[in-house]
Amino acid sequence: MEELLDILKEINPDVDYATCTTLVEDGFITSMQIVMLVGEINQEFGVAIPANKILPEYFNSAKTIYALIQELEEE
Amino acid sequence: MAVESVIACLKASAQNFPEKTAFADKDRALTYEELLRTARSIGSVVSSYGLRCPVAVFMDKTAEAAAAFLGVVYGGCFYCPLDSRMPVQRLMTILSVLRPVLMITSRELEGRARELGYSGPIRCFEEISQAPDKGKELDAIADGIDREDPLYVLFTSGSTGVPKGVLVSEGVVLNYLEWLEESFSFTHRDVFGNQAPLYFDVSVHDIYGALYFGARMEILPPSYFSFPVKLVDYMQERGVTAFLWVPSAMGIMANLDVFSFGVPEKLRYVMFAGEVLPEKVLDYWLEHVPGAVYANLYGPTETFVCTAYVMGEEEKEARLRKEITGLLPIGRPIKDSQAIVLDEHLLPVKEGEAGELYMGGSCLALGYYRDEQRTAESFAGSPRLYRTGDMVRWNEKGELCYLSRRDDQIKHMGYRIELGEIEAAALGMEGISACACIYDEKKKRLILCYAGREQEKKELEKALADKLPAYMMPGHFCYFPVLPQNANGKLDRKELRRML
Repeated sequence: MEELLDILKEINPDVDYATCTTLVEDGFITSMQIVMLVGEINQEFGVAIPANKILPEYFNSAKTIYALIQELEEE
Repeated sequence: MAVESVIACLKASAQNFPEKTAFADKDRALTYEELLRTARSIGSVVSSYGLRCPVAVFMDKTAEAAAAFLGVVYGGCFYCPLDSRMPVQRLMTILSVLRPVLMITSRELEGRARELGYSGPIRCFEEISQAPDKGKELDAIADGIDREDPLYVLFTSGSTGVPKGVLVSEGVVLNYLEWLEESFSFTHRDVFGNQAPLYFDVSVHDIYGALYFGARMEILPPSYFSFPVKLVDYMQERGVTAFLWVPSAMGIMANLDVFSFGVPEKLRYVMFAGEVLPEKVLDYWLEHVPGAVYANLYGPTETFVCTAYVMGEEEKEARLRKEITGLLPIGRPIKDSQAIVLDEHLLPVKEGEAGELYMGGSCLALGYYRDEQRTAESFAGSPRLYRTGDMVRWNEKGELCYLSRRDDQIKHMGYRIELGEIEAAALGMEGISACACIYDEKKKRLILCYAGREQEKKELEKALADKLPAYMMPGHFCYFPVLPQNANGKLDRKELRRML
């Protein structure tokens, strides 16, 4: 989780990732930043997030993003 | 098809295809018959405020906003779209330059419209779209519009900190539509998938392209560009056949490999404009949507679309086989437009040599609204030429290839940004004594380097949010006790980049 938080803080350091559950809905992460985030996750975790998993429900909080990474790591 | 005005296009399409959808967004759709009726009602109201006068349209990105534009034109005036998400201070600056005779807004935005310091009349779309039709009186106004009359004014980033209003005539857009008709085979069956904001001239292609061919403009939900699989599904559902997007939008889909989950099957025109299309993005699209026609359109707001490159079938196949690589040219001047490439002594360059692009002919805007001096400087000569600030070269096929900018203007997400405007906004803030804005191409973010008093990012963002639209907001701020200078005492941007 720490590595993910580092990536997210690099993208937008002003968000409280422990509590925010509206990262996408409230525009804390833009579409271009989602592309960057997906690339960084691939580099850091060795996990390629498929486009059909790039949906608001997976990207609205650090917790859901991390759960997605774990799910993909297990596959 | 030679038409005299955009209203003539609207009337023709309403006559030929009354039941067909003209403009649609996620929640509503307007048929051509409804569009004509709505535009006439609005025009009947607008015409009572004056003729050939500016009207501001402060509405969200909807099919109704596009209908409001046509209503303004029907009433013999020209429109200026105001983005509801733009900072209040910037909107106020635009309004102070524009001095519109009327502002059209929606009920939802009316409260905000009244907080923009505009003292003129404000009318709601919901009310004026139901106003009585002035009949023959309105017909006479619409019939009196010719190609030299202004159609819209769009404000772009200005290096001095004040946005510039580019005034574009009907003739520029009609000339482009005639070129579209000559160069492609659009029909009333096409569906233009709109991506660009309505205050960005890329959307002019969508609005008037649909109108000219009796086709449909489908406004794609902006949020779907963050979730491209949803976007592809939506395009498929709405039957999008053509689009003109900025390459950033196409890049999102390529970078996320969206087409491994489905391709919009009806897509037959892939057009892009506004910035350079990276080769790997083009390759991805060619591989997954090989049946479409690919076209690279070029033009600053001051020339709308002035050159174009349409990829031939042979080249497409050669690119797919990797026999041809490299960036696409920006092509040749479109109908009745001229391109001249000059060196620093204002002499034409030879093939292959770099020079600055000057454009002339039917693509030229009327000038900068209420700014004669700047108009005279930028649209100089006889016949008039517009100095683009873009460095280009001619290739061996007589096509123009884009090289770089001559100045500090950049393209970020397809938006044209003068770094000087961001710097001017920052310099107006307390505690900032010097600053420089740098664009990080790799991370696609703006970095504001500043000297003076070190401040929290939140504090800086809050102050800048009143002055700059979101796409111009720096993503990163760097404090330096002193900014580096070169031997002449000027800011050393190269050294600054090295220090970051």
